[in-house]
Amino acid sequence: MFQVPTIADLNLGLTLPALSLALGACVLLLLDLFVPRERKEITAWLAMAGIAVSFVLNLAGFNESGTAFLGTFAADQFTGFLNIVILITAFLGVLLSLDYLKRAKIERGEYYVLLLLSAAGMMFMSSANDLIVVFIALELLSIPLYIMATFRAPDLKSEESGMKYFILGAFAGAFFVYGAALVYGATGTTNLPEIFAAVNGIIAAGGSQMFLLLMGTGLILVGLGFKVAVVPFHMWTPDVYEGAPTPVTAFMSVGAKAGGFAGLLRIMVVALPVFVLKDGQTAAAWQQTFWLVAAATLILGNIVAIAQTNVKRMLAYSSIAHAGYIMMAVAAAGTAGVANEATRAALLYLMAYMFTNLGAFGIALAIEKDDGSDTGVDNFIGLAKSKPALAAMMTVFMLSLTGIPLTGGFVGKWFVFKSALDAGLVPLAIIGVLTSVISAFYYVRIIVNMYLKDGEGDPAAGATRYVNWAIYVAFAGTLLMGIFPWIATNLSDTVVLAVEMFVR
Amino acid sequence: MAVLNEWAFIGVFFAVAWVFPFAPIFLARLVAPRKPNPIKQSTYECGVETVGDTWVQFKVQYYIYGLIFLVFDVEMIFLFPWAVAYRELDFFAFAAGFLFIFLLADALIYAWRKDALEWV
Repeated sequence: MFQVPTIADLNLGLTLPALSLALGACVLLLLDLFVPRERKEITAWLAMAGIAVSFVLNLAGFNESGTAFLGTFAADQFTGFLNIVILITAFLGVLLSLDYLKRAKIERGEYYVLLLLSAAGMMFMSSANDLIVVFIALELLSIPLYIMATFRAPDLKSEESGMKYFILGAFAGAFFVYGAALVYGATGTTNLPEIFAAVNGIIAAGGSQMFLLLMGTGLILVGLGFKVAVVPFHMWTPDVYEGAPTPVTAFMSVGAKAGGFAGLLRIMVVALPVFVLKDGQTAAAWQQTFWLVAAATLILGNIVAIAQTNVKRMLAYSSIAHAGYIMMAVAAAGTAGVANEATRAALLYLMAYMFTNLGAFGIALAIEKDDGSDTGVDNFIGLAKSKPALAAMMTVFMLSLTGIPLTGGFVGKWFVFKSALDAGLVPLAIIGVLTSVISAFYYVRIIVNMYLKDGEGDPAAGATRYVNWAIYVAFAGTLLMGIFPWIATNLSDTVVLAVEMFVR
Repeated sequence: MAVLNEWAFIGVFFAVAWVFPFAPIFLARLVAPRKPNPIKQSTYECGVETVGDTWVQFKVQYYIYGLIFLVFDVEMIFLFPWAVAYRELDFFAFAAGFLFIFLLADALIYAWRKDALEWV
């Protein structure tokens, strides 16, 4: 019989960072009603205060670990690290939006509430320990993003962007649920550690349950693959990223990926690491598929990005390519003994990507006109003369996205390639290095446009105060992570998802 | 095979779900007398004759009203058992109920302040 839990059973202390943000969003919705229309920046400051509270709570409980909500919610260093990434993303997202919304005349308090709710969904995702919680977190993460993507309505591109994202996102959600149902059918539980415990019995028995589990794993990959935009589930990304308001694009290009990969890593590494098709194999059954997806993502993302003339579309394909690098780490996590190292590599990559990509989008936002036009790669011409500081920082962001040493991107790539090599995925690592070289082509083109091409005009109409602040933070983060990588690596030194690996 | 027995219930349920509505329709066809006339054959719309095309645009406010109605609808389903069993509940259920009310009230106050309750 169902036993009614007591408050103490819930272990609420561990959930405080995520809970405080979700409750903060609900309260902000009420407070915003009393903020006058022309002073919506008050709502933005309140939202930032909420993010700061959650950040402090997260740091305070950083080294605690355990489960809450009757085992459906896990808090550990994996959660803590990802929460830092998510909260910084949300904070910079608000900073980037403040002036932009005013310039584009779409300033509304609901925007910040939606941003907080989406960030709360990402945080729940990073600690979800149960397939049902993963699904709820996935929806909480996505639904506000659909609305935020259409925030420029009645601008047609923005409407198209939100509509596409909504339909394809809902479609992907259905794949995930079906996959979760099949995994439940095979194992009889939705709790990730219990699935882990049930997998060995299924391998021993073989037969139809094995097939269910395999199908379920594949469908979960499809569902979450849509969210993180890996090939072949990437088709929506360029259109959505281009049409959505630029701060929204910046926020979702990092946040949705962090959330999606959090769910993917937890499901694969906690629940299914010993899922092999034949007894005695050392690599998980899903590794081969993830390998292929990662390779296809790296090649397609990097090569198609070369052909882009709009900086937002270019960064969209670049974000697909970066999802490929993180996917490489997830694939490496399928090899016995490398899981924790690869998980940590994915986290470090996400953090480096977060700073760099937010900075790059911040500058794309700064050169944009009020009506959302002029985001072409050619609009960077002359930036080195009119705004030398911005041009210098953009150079660092582009180099970091390529993976040049002394930037955060290099540190992330180094850990990812190392984990892929340790996992024995040598061809994948080679593909990764080669595509990094290809990527230099389109990243360096922007640097060439800024410094070496003659042009007049004053790009960077939108380089206002708060946008600059956000870019400074991203710049500092990119360099700090590149020059002092141990700050980030110390934060992730005991990331342990696969505790009981291979004790069968 | 114990799993299959559990699933068998769903199969039975599926069969019953088909038989239950279709059997009366089929029986009615067999038993009922049929004497059609023009009035019986006309389109029925709340007792009033239909006017114009049925493919018209609805005011978007109908949907907002529908959504707000849903707030109360769902509230009713969850809060009624909660209220009936109130005396036997421990603090957990008490707090959960109030959290639920808070979230619904949050949405309602928002809708109210945004003038969604005014018919314009």
